[in-house]
Amino acid sequence: MSLQFYQRILVFTNARLWRLTHVDVLLLVALLILMSGGLFILYSASGQNVAMVERQLIRLGIGMVVCLALAQLPPKYMRRASPFLFVFLVGLLVCVLLFGVGAKGAQRWLALPGGLRFQPSEIMKIVMPMMVAWYFANRQLPPSLKEIVTVLVIITVPSLMVAKQPDLGTALLVGVSGIFALFLAGIGWLYILGAAAIAPIAGYCLWHVMHDYQKQRVLTFLNPESDPLGSGWNIIQSKTAIGSGGLHGKGFLEGTQAQLNFLPESHTDFIIAVLAEEFGMVGCALLMCAYLLVIARGLFIAAYAEDNYARLLAGSITLTFFVYMFVNIGMVSGILPVVGVPLPLVSYGGTSIITIMATFGILMSIQTHKRAR
Amino acid sequence: MGKHHQVFRNHRQEHSLTKSRVVVAAIFVLMMVGVLMGRLFYLQVVEHELYQTKANDNRVMLITEPPPRGLIFDRNGVVLADNRPIHSLTVIPERALSLPKLKEALNESIDITDEEWADYEDRLKDYRRPYQSITLKSQLSDEEWSKVSVDLYRLDGVQVEAQLTRYYPFGEAFAHAVGYVGRITAKDLKRVDRAAYQGALFIGKTGIEEYYESTLFGHPGISKVEVNARGRIMSEIERQNPTPGKDLHLYMDARLQQYAYDLLGNYKGSVVAIDPSNGGVLAMVSKPGFDPNAFVRGISVSKYAELREDKRLPLFNRALRGGYPPASTIKPFMGLAGLEYGFSSWTETYYARGYYQINPNGRRYRDWKRGGHGWIDLERSIIESVDTYYYQLAHKMGITPIHTFLSKFGYGQTSILDLNGASAGLLPSNEWKKARYKEPWYPGDSVNVGIGQGFMVATPIQIATANAAMAARGHMYYPRMVSQIADEPATFQGNDGVEHEIKLKDQRNWERMVNAMEKVVTDSRGTGRRLQGADYKIAGKTGTGQVFSLQEDEEYDADNLDKRLHDHALFIGFAPADDPKIAVFAIFENGGSSSKPADLTKALFDAYLYDKYPKEYDYFKEPSR
Repeated sequence: MSLQFYQRILVFTNARLWRLTHVDVLLLVALLILMSGGLFILYSASGQNVAMVERQLIRLGIGMVVCLALAQLPPKYMRRASPFLFVFLVGLLVCVLLFGVGAKGAQRWLALPGGLRFQPSEIMKIVMPMMVAWYFANRQLPPSLKEIVTVLVIITVPSLMVAKQPDLGTALLVGVSGIFALFLAGIGWLYILGAAAIAPIAGYCLWHVMHDYQKQRVLTFLNPESDPLGSGWNIIQSKTAIGSGGLHGKGFLEGTQAQLNFLPESHTDFIIAVLAEEFGMVGCALLMCAYLLVIARGLFIAAYAEDNYARLLAGSITLTFFVYMFVNIGMVSGILPVVGVPLPLVSYGGTSIITIMATFGILMSIQTHKRAR
Repeated sequence: MGKHHQVFRNHRQEHSLTKSRVVVAAIFVLMMVGVLMGRLFYLQVVEHELYQTKANDNRVMLITEPPPRGLIFDRNGVVLADNRPIHSLTVIPERALSLPKLKEALNESIDITDEEWADYEDRLKDYRRPYQSITLKSQLSDEEWSKVSVDLYRLDGVQVEAQLTRYYPFGEAFAHAVGYVGRITAKDLKRVDRAAYQGALFIGKTGIEEYYESTLFGHPGISKVEVNARGRIMSEIERQNPTPGKDLHLYMDARLQQYAYDLLGNYKGSVVAIDPSNGGVLAMVSKPGFDPNAFVRGISVSKYAELREDKRLPLFNRALRGGYPPASTIKPFMGLAGLEYGFSSWTETYYARGYYQINPNGRRYRDWKRGGHGWIDLERSIIESVDTYYYQLAHKMGITPIHTFLSKFGYGQTSILDLNGASAGLLPSNEWKKARYKEPWYPGDSVNVGIGQGFMVATPIQIATANAAMAARGHMYYPRMVSQIADEPATFQGNDGVEHEIKLKDQRNWERMVNAMEKVVTDSRGTGRRLQGADYKIAGKTGTGQVFSLQEDEEYDADNLDKRLHDHALFIGFAPADDPKIAVFAIFENGGSSSKPADLTKALFDAYLYDKYPKEYDYFKEPSR
């Protein structure tokens, strides 16, 4: 019987079947593990709000549909569309700066007819690596200095526009996604070292263009205790939640920081603190493993993709996904400033789930449209 | 151009380049995950205990429920210190409007002074838990309470909290003896258990309220609750109910106390009445007094300054701290000392001229009677209060036997068992004078002490205690205020006991001295003869103290100069002389002749022994609880 059972699994993982439907089963499984874990945490983080969990489930479902739909689209079409999409989105970003709507002093959305809102910077996270990958697709690697400068301009312009909205978190992810593509294109190590050297200067300049609330976040990050009831509250409470969880956690639904609302934003940006409090370091390690599964598959797809465009795009997408996770956990645990990046696929919230799932659709497409060798 | 290069592209090499970059990226990812796990390890394992404590501090709040303070009753069950509910306006800043808007909204319904706002803003700056309320205005009047209650629905975060406050129904006559409670200050918190007083409003500041603080206070209830971030109580983890403070029952007779206070009239002075059979203080008056309720409410700075600067010293507890010359009230004790050490006898006679001299041509120590008293004996020296007799007796004795003997009656010591702040007065000695003035004791010093003047200073409670010991024929009870704590008799522990027997070589001398003091009243030439005609036997002794006023009151004051030159008028007495139930000492500052304290003493005897009070004192009869 057990032999039959394994045979069935082999059938299930039959590459041919999945190539036909353009689904990368390993990535799909890794994503499903991550999503279900996320829903589980959300149930606790939302205060056992089933309606909220249902809404998240629907979003994840929509994301999955987007993912599988994009997986059907062969990469060559994406490649051809890349520059047009990029120009179009830059145009939209200009519109956002001119006519955008928003809240809390930020102007991030374009109002669509019918009361809908649309956030171009989210899409830019996908289009940026596509653009850089497109740029290098027909060029010899490693890139020359002139090409590097050109790409840096391509990266910087939309990033600054997003930062101007202001949306530092997204700007960072947009920039980083382009930089990763550049890195994977084989930019020389000397350039990387040089960039590392001028980073402090760039940081200094950045400080001067930052908004007051952004500066405040950095200051609070550097010394959260300076304002324990104001802006430092979040980080103090999240560190308390994480630390008090210990190795094994306080148990599901037993986290006092989360359940008694000491932890702010517990279902959105700070959701990892809920996991850390209730399931301890063990729970965090398991979640990290789920992420690593996704990332490992993504990097594998990148490494064995068909052409430079696919390799750069797949690698950049995967690494950006990692940065998402790293920045979020880093900020919640107090080693990075609070920049408002959600924990991908786990935090409650709409737009980012769809865009992230779209990028995984691209990964699946790259993996499943390879010509057989 | 791009196409031109394409021809020479080495796809294999490019692939391996990007592939190696992917490997580098993978290593980078693993390193960064390592960083995150390291961070989590630091927070969750290394610093776990710290954060666990923080989390518990967040969620667990200790609410102390102050216990109701014990009441203070007089010997007949009249409440002298009561608890009354008051209402305070408190604000939870997190729930309330911003400060300027709150001011505007509140000003419509209630007057809040700038001082109160400033106080509130100060406390706002102090560290506190979020969602903890801050008192904005304490002790609302009924009118304010009802007015603000109506408006509460539209004032988020503003609430009226009910608390118990102290109330002294009889006010100033009892202010010094009973004392008062006041707001707890940082200084107070140093001498009590800080945690126990959390949430408590008051602490005993003076008098019985202060001495019996721990008894009256009780133990606060503590409830350990789990709160959420908004300060809402989610559940009670543990609870310990408060133990109310114990009630105190005093020896004091409230009616007698009030009567004595009123009988002092407009004079400054003090009256102390003691039950000689047990040392219980029946009345302890210091006039003028003050309204202790003002201190409970929180006295204003200007009002407090007014009290402090009042020349009549209303805040000064004369009964415990007033330093007076005991004057002629010392004579019966001096007489006993002479008998004890063989310097006088009942039979020896002495020719009393109008003055006494240590050396011929030396200073003349005058008798109060210019022409002198002629041939007298010890008994007559008491009856007529012959100064010269005591000049010569003290001169003969010298200070050391006087010091030894008077010490037995509590002079020069604080003997009251359950009040703080009593003064020891001054019973001079050789050693004292050497230390104080670097001078030897001169015979002339003894002469003055012989009639209770000179260096000798005593407090009313001391003179009253000695008087009670005389009444008890040498059984000296240290004076005490409280007879019963809740249902238990009060027990005392003094450093040298709480009572002692003064043994004379000839114990019959007690009776004979008492007899002499009776004759002060009954003899036709007795200085207390104005008290004749009572149905019971009175023993007494008059005294007139040369003015040197209270040390605390040394300012030169032209308006009161004449009055201040008047002698202090003193009287000690007890009744019935053969079985004393009450011993009284009274002093009228600048009262002139001792007729005033003598009359007062008689009135107190009548009142205490035969319930002869004027009608207006009937309201004390009904126990209020």
